[in-house]
Amino acid sequence: MPAVKSLEELRKLREEAIQKRKAKTTSGDVQITVAMGTCGIAAGARDTMRAVLDEIEANNLTGVIVKQTGCIGLCELEPIVMVEIGGQPKVTYGKVNVERARQIMKEHVVGGKVLSEYVIQSA
Amino acid sequence: MKAVRSLVLVSNDPDSVARGAQEVYRRIQEEVKAFGLQDEVAVTMVADIGRHDAVPMVMVYPEAVVYGPIRPDDVKTLVEEHLYKGRIAPGLMAPTRELTGRIAWLSARKGTLPAEQRIVLERAGVIDPEDIEDYIAHEGYVALGKALTEMQPADVIEEIARSGLRGRGGAGFPTGTKMKMVAREQHPKKYVICNADESEPGTFKDRLILEGDPHSIIEAMVLAAYAVGADEGFVYVRGEYVLAQARLKKAIAQAEEMGFLGQDIFGSGFNFKLHIHSGAGAYVCGEETALIESIEGKRGEPRPRPPYPTQVGLWGKPTLVNNVETLANLPPIIRNGASWFKQFGTPNSTGTKVYTILGNVNMTGLVEVPMGITLREVISIYAKGMRDGRTFKLAQTGGSSGSIIPAALQDTPMDFDSYAKAGVSLGSGALLICDEDTCVVDLAKVLMNFFRSESCGRCGPCRIGTERAHQILDAMSQGVGKLSDLNDLEMLANGLNQFSNCGLGQTAAVPIRDMLRHFRAEVEAHIKLKVCPAGACAMSGIAGRH
Ligand SMILES: Cc1cc2nc3c(=O)[nH]c(=O)nc-3n(C[C@H](O)[C@H](O)[C@H](O)COP(=O)(O)O)c2cc1C
Ligand code: SF4
Ligand code: FES
Repeated sequence: MPAVKSLEELRKLREEAIQKRKAKTTSGDVQITVAMGTCGIAAGARDTMRAVLDEIEANNLTGVIVKQTGCIGLCELEPIVMVEIGGQPKVTYGKVNVERARQIMKEHVVGGKVLSEYVIQSA
Repeated sequence: MKAVRSLVLVSNDPDSVARGAQEVYRRIQEEVKAFGLQDEVAVTMVADIGRHDAVPMVMVYPEAVVYGPIRPDDVKTLVEEHLYKGRIAPGLMAPTRELTGRIAWLSARKGTLPAEQRIVLERAGVIDPEDIEDYIAHEGYVALGKALTEMQPADVIEEIARSGLRGRGGAGFPTGTKMKMVAREQHPKKYVICNADESEPGTFKDRLILEGDPHSIIEAMVLAAYAVGADEGFVYVRGEYVLAQARLKKAIAQAEEMGFLGQDIFGSGFNFKLHIHSGAGAYVCGEETALIESIEGKRGEPRPRPPYPTQVGLWGKPTLVNNVETLANLPPIIRNGASWFKQFGTPNSTGTKVYTILGNVNMTGLVEVPMGITLREVISIYAKGMRDGRTFKLAQTGGSSGSIIPAALQDTPMDFDSYAKAGVSLGSGALLICDEDTCVVDLAKVLMNFFRSESCGRCGPCRIGTERAHQILDAMSQGVGKLSDLNDLEMLANGLNQFSNCGLGQTAAVPIRDMLRHFRAEVEAHIKLKVCPAGACAMSGIAGRH
């Protein structure tokens, strides 16, 4: 990316970035975010992440974006995984071990059914 | 000494004695015998139970219920209800402490409190920390662009000063004032340093900011450097924070590529170079002058102050040292203005505070809340109450350098001034919440063990004082303490506080003082009765115990 030399250029860049992100959600894309802070990783977030990727590959899922983020402050409930489908509200799952991750992929991401018993936040 | 199930302490301070404490003590012993409880219940007089507002006062462990004022005629009911039937004697409990210093604005906002207020953690857990585009999409680098293209350095400092922001690294020093001190030094070379040593046990807020939002610290450091006239900076990251270092490194590379670091930033002619320095693990290196020595490649020993780093800092140059959380507040303040920032918190402690919540609660973790909320609110709202419905006994703030906050202060607003008035400190933002099974002697011993191992040994009061204090506390916890130890501890605390070179030795006095001030009865029980009221100390030094 080129160097930003003015506030105007930054604003433009920001607009583009926002649009890019919007386009992904309006096209109905699925965004899966795994919290990967130190305590998330300690609680097994890497395995969770691997399981998510594995499910995508095994089932040839398309339109799924997998992202990482930092800690959201609920260390007790790690590993934490957030699922956003299109413009629908973001669903946050807690204590997502490998098994739960696979279940979330199958039932929520593919099947469209929120697994309410594991939801810790929905907004 | 035999094990007892209940321990009754009667206050014996002059006030209590004048109001019949001796008679109360005698009557309790009589009644305990009358109910046949003398083998299960120990009764003793203690100099001071930590409260004087309803004398004579009687405290019953392990429940730590405080009764008062108790007249001889009340004794029968108290013994029968509490010790014989095992329930709290109605109508005899000491009045709950009135809510001291509760600030009016807080009660006015009561209804709106439970939501967290995220300023520094705004993007943590939302953006991908390794993607600068994500940061930019969330208003990243806007504050920097605004400052460099539309504001003079002095304007930036003025805005920070007006916001009322105070240091989050422990001491609460006004950030704007510190910036002014560095800015007014006429020196061609200056530095800014981000203190990310975070070695207070139980504190991990800085790690979370660095891991979750590294660009915010980069942006803040360029802002600060522009404000004070520095062209080079260091982030001193604790050695164990491998992930934070990796993410920061990546973020620095991205920022350099996009011109937010380096030469002619935002076309303003301002240059800034940022380095990462990995710490080597000593707690004392978090102290700003030791940290500077460490970056210079020397042993991490604190320098005598003054001169302060603002004048003579890194390689002798004027240096601004700020904590991670302090810095993370700068971009939002510049972006939204000082008045916006001042709407959060209390008039003298503006903004928010990030706390790491640990201990015997239902929900541990991290919260960012406005300055001035109370411990009771933190425990009940954010920590979802005490674990297993137990009773809150004390909280230890700020890793080791914080205070021991007794339950009586749980309604004191947590802000710099209210806490200072109550004689306690917020420390670094850890809140270790303890229930009634926690023994204060044991806690003080653990803390002193930490200080004793982390003392750099440069000055005697700290090197020897922490060692000796630990010995004494250890003896108490084994049931072989002496009453004269209490005086010795007080003397050691005074010595540590007055004659130590740096904050480590000075704050090592705090747990001792807090313990003696708020929990004297419990400490005395260890010595006089050889009983640990909380049942935590092994008391293994006592022969023939069963
Ligand atoms: C023994 C000791 C350890 C310290 N550790 C830290 C630390 O880990 N992080 C920190 O920010 N400040 C720490 N401090 C405080 C720093 O010396 C300094 O006051 C602080 O970095 C200033 O930043 P602020 O004004 O933003 O709070 C420590 C102080 C002492 C005495
Ligand atoms: S007070 Fe303790 S840690 Fe600080 S310089 Fe002296 S010996 Fe070192
Ligand atoms: S690192 Fe995930 S909640 Fe703390």
